[in-house]
Amino acid sequence: MSNNNNPSDLSRRKFIRGIGAGVVGGAVLPGALRPAVKKEPEAPPHSDKTAINLKVNGKAVRALVESSATLVQLLREQLFLTSPKVMCNHGECGACTVLLNGKAVYSCHMLAVDAEGADVVTVEGLMTGEKLHPLQEAFIEHDGLQCGFCTPGQVMAAQALLLKYKKPSAQQVKDGMSGNLCRCGAYPNILAAVMAAADNGGEG
Amino acid sequence: MTARKLAKDRFFAEAEMMETFSEVSQINETQWKADDPLKIVGKPVSRVDGYDKVSGTATYTVDIHLPHITYAATLRSPHPHALITGIDTSAAEKAAGVLAVISHKNTPEIPWYEGSTFLFDKHLRYVGDEIACVAAESQAQAEQALRLIKVDYQLLPHVINPHKALKKDAPKLYETGNLYEGKANEYKRGDVEKGFKEADVVLEETFTTQVAVHNPAEVHASVVEWDGDRLTVWDSTQAIFNSRDSVAEALKMPAVKVRVIKKYMGGGFGSKLEGGKYTVMAALLAKKIGRPVKIVLSRKEVNLAMGNRPDSTQTLKIGAKKDGTLTAVSHHQVGSSGAHNQGAGCSWPVRTLYQCDNIKVEEYSAFINAGRNRAFRAPGHVQAMFALEGIMDDMAEKLGMDPIQFRLKNDAAMDQNFNLKYTSKKLRDAYEQGAAAFGWNKRRAPGADSGPIKRGMGMASQIWWGGGGPPAYATLKLNRDSSVQVICGTQDIGTGTYTFITQIAAEILEIPMEKVSVILGDTAVCPYAPLSGGSLTAPSVSPAVHDAAMQMKQKLLSGAAAILELPEDQLVYSQGVISAKSDPTKKIDINQLIGKMRERVLVVTGARNANKPGYIVNTFGAQFAEVEVNTMTGRVKVLRVTAAHDIGRVLNPKTMKNQMYGGITQGISFALMEQRVMDENTGKMVNPNLHEYKIPTIRDIPAIDVIIVSEADPLISNTGVKGTGEPALIPTAAAIANAVYNALGVRIKSLPITPDKVLAALSQNKKNSGAAS
Repeated sequence: MSNNNNPSDLSRRKFIRGIGAGVVGGAVLPGALRPAVKKEPEAPPHSDKTAINLKVNGKAVRALVESSATLVQLLREQLFLTSPKVMCNHGECGACTVLLNGKAVYSCHMLAVDAEGADVVTVEGLMTGEKLHPLQEAFIEHDGLQCGFCTPGQVMAAQALLLKYKKPSAQQVKDGMSGNLCRCGAYPNILAAVMAAADNGGEG
Repeated sequence: MTARKLAKDRFFAEAEMMETFSEVSQINETQWKADDPLKIVGKPVSRVDGYDKVSGTATYTVDIHLPHITYAATLRSPHPHALITGIDTSAAEKAAGVLAVISHKNTPEIPWYEGSTFLFDKHLRYVGDEIACVAAESQAQAEQALRLIKVDYQLLPHVINPHKALKKDAPKLYETGNLYEGKANEYKRGDVEKGFKEADVVLEETFTTQVAVHNPAEVHASVVEWDGDRLTVWDSTQAIFNSRDSVAEALKMPAVKVRVIKKYMGGGFGSKLEGGKYTVMAALLAKKIGRPVKIVLSRKEVNLAMGNRPDSTQTLKIGAKKDGTLTAVSHHQVGSSGAHNQGAGCSWPVRTLYQCDNIKVEEYSAFINAGRNRAFRAPGHVQAMFALEGIMDDMAEKLGMDPIQFRLKNDAAMDQNFNLKYTSKKLRDAYEQGAAAFGWNKRRAPGADSGPIKRGMGMASQIWWGGGGPPAYATLKLNRDSSVQVICGTQDIGTGTYTFITQIAAEILEIPMEKVSVILGDTAVCPYAPLSGGSLTAPSVSPAVHDAAMQMKQKLLSGAAAILELPEDQLVYSQGVISAKSDPTKKIDINQLIGKMRERVLVVTGARNANKPGYIVNTFGAQFAEVEVNTMTGRVKVLRVTAAHDIGRVLNPKTMKNQMYGGITQGISFALMEQRVMDENTGKMVNPNLHEYKIPTIRDIPAIDVIIVSEADPLISNTGVKGTGEPALIPTAAAIANAVYNALGVRIKSLPITPDKVLAALSQNKKNSGAAS
């Protein structure tokens, strides 16, 4: 006999709701009023949405997000910016890296509601129309990719690094890029691409 | 006009010999010579899909979004071995957003894994085995509904260790027992007993390697949509036709009604060569609810259920004469099939790398209560090379020979399994050029550094097939504006297939690369090409593209001959213009020519030629590694790697080098870091994620020097290309292990070489030498 109900998940959900409520300044959410424990737990309704305002790739965005939604879910599923990729969904690999107020963050690892008021940039936002940013050009020129799945995350981690250091050393690049896994193993070329972009004054 | 015939052919794909009867090209006189001055092919051009990949516009299966899409999630067994005695899905069916639930109760018995199980089997054989699948309006709702499915289990005893699984009293996964195919896979030539008697030195050692999980960046995923009785599948696959046939067979549909599309995919490494249960589950759900279904596995599901490189326990015995001649080799090996049909053998390199008349191998593949293994980049060879090249080094030391000198002494002149000549073999050049570039002559005696940090150098050899073969086709369409479309049923899995196809078409038709567009990965529109695995994509596909482009050129010449009223041999083709050799003013360009022919698009289909009878195509190579071992912490650091390879003609040095880096990176990972860790008591994998399943970051990868010692191999095809993907990985772990030995003077016979093993080996060695003195 086994029962797949997982009590710890319910409490996590409750916790997440709590955070969501906090962000909107104590607005009363229907979900928050329901009893925490029921005898026969049902899938809770996912109607507890929160309105947030943020800037994405330079544009003001107002979105209604579920309080359990992560930033990457907002970007991918609501704004259809599919460049941040979900590879682990646990903040382990860096494929979902975006810039949040100029710093690299794992967008799977933070709640969308916590991006309220933030300035978010994805790899789409580096471009000028259809023209690539010099950093993106460097990734092509130095072949800093194979399957390309982790690439948008790699580029954004590099961008954050180059915002921090104008002329990073190889070691600084390695340290700055070490939160982004590449299973294909294009690492030597990723290093070369970031170093070259830095040499060309690849500013943000 | 058809320059084709049906021919019998034999070649290796993923360690399996394929015997085919294929329609093959007969045009041989148009072959590129090794020294042909090519302008685009062989040049380090940037990959043509680079823009898509750096801009975020590359669409992977997980990025596909369709109107009215729904989401599926899978309930998997929490137990390593159990029978389902009851299942109640009623609560899940009533849950918010849930559209359909399928399980063995409402699904026909669809055979899976060569009939060893069903799509949904009541007999669960590993943690992760499929029990039910739910479609809902959102991913969260689908996952939540899984928790509402009540399953009653009768728990059965389980076994995780392959050695224990093969014992008489072990819990059985199948009535017929736990030995795959009911017997060992054996091979013999000569007489090993006689060979060992002739030897001056005999060594016997046991090596073990770990289970490794592919963990491609993109998880396994499908999006499916029905249109009447036709099904479209977007699949993250290395083999669109395998995926198509698997779905069609499972659903008893004509193959033509299933269209599989794959444009970009985030890595596979062998784990995406076969059709997935998840695709069929999604198709069944989509049919039930009349809406498209997206199924995206979690990282944990990939780790549990989407394949792995099997472990190995290898007992190798080799005998050699004082002059270094090998007299006998025996190899006894046990590996894990996992819960379902799949061999786990790894003896091939032992049979084939070195000249030896007396060989005996036995491979035992055991069913265990864990996820089934799948081909993983150079299946078998990676495991075997670690053992073989380890014992070869030990023997060289016993004989007082340099490791390379000992290997050269036993260099195999031909393939002894089939008595076939190699089309080309530049292993000697790889040893020599690799050693020179690496500085092999600076290698010191084992354990030369006093410590605590000790440095060492090691090397290992590489052998793999990678010759490819027919059938492989490419359709080429030429438009009046001289733009070209190449359509081919292969897939680009990150290796640069789009790019080399573009290069070849542009080279032969003398048009800019920008005018070439390549369509791959669509079973509804593409002519057949093989799976992307076995290092056979470029060697199979590039000749078909070459053939198609040459046929097109020929078509243009014959058209021009008719219009200009000149014999074909009086004409010359240059950059889209056909002119008379004698009078360059007599000319016609592609636009005028196709116009005169009253066509909009000229179409030809090229084919791969047959492999040359009497020969076998193999890739060769040697890799050299320098390591630093901290004897206080046990940590091994790879300082540099030199890779010297024979891979035929290089179509694109930029993408080739990248593939080499990737193989070597995975080799470093296999040598030092990654391993599936199972809890024997619970039968669960304890590290099914990318945090505890360790793979390298950019900081773990040293400088890598790549040297190619080969040029076009004229006996293979019109392009003379061999594969690269697997050769890059095969020798790396072995070279690192040999370097660790050279640093410490103590051999570690178990991968991965983690700090605990280094420290244990050092302390054991201290004890042994203490006891001896």
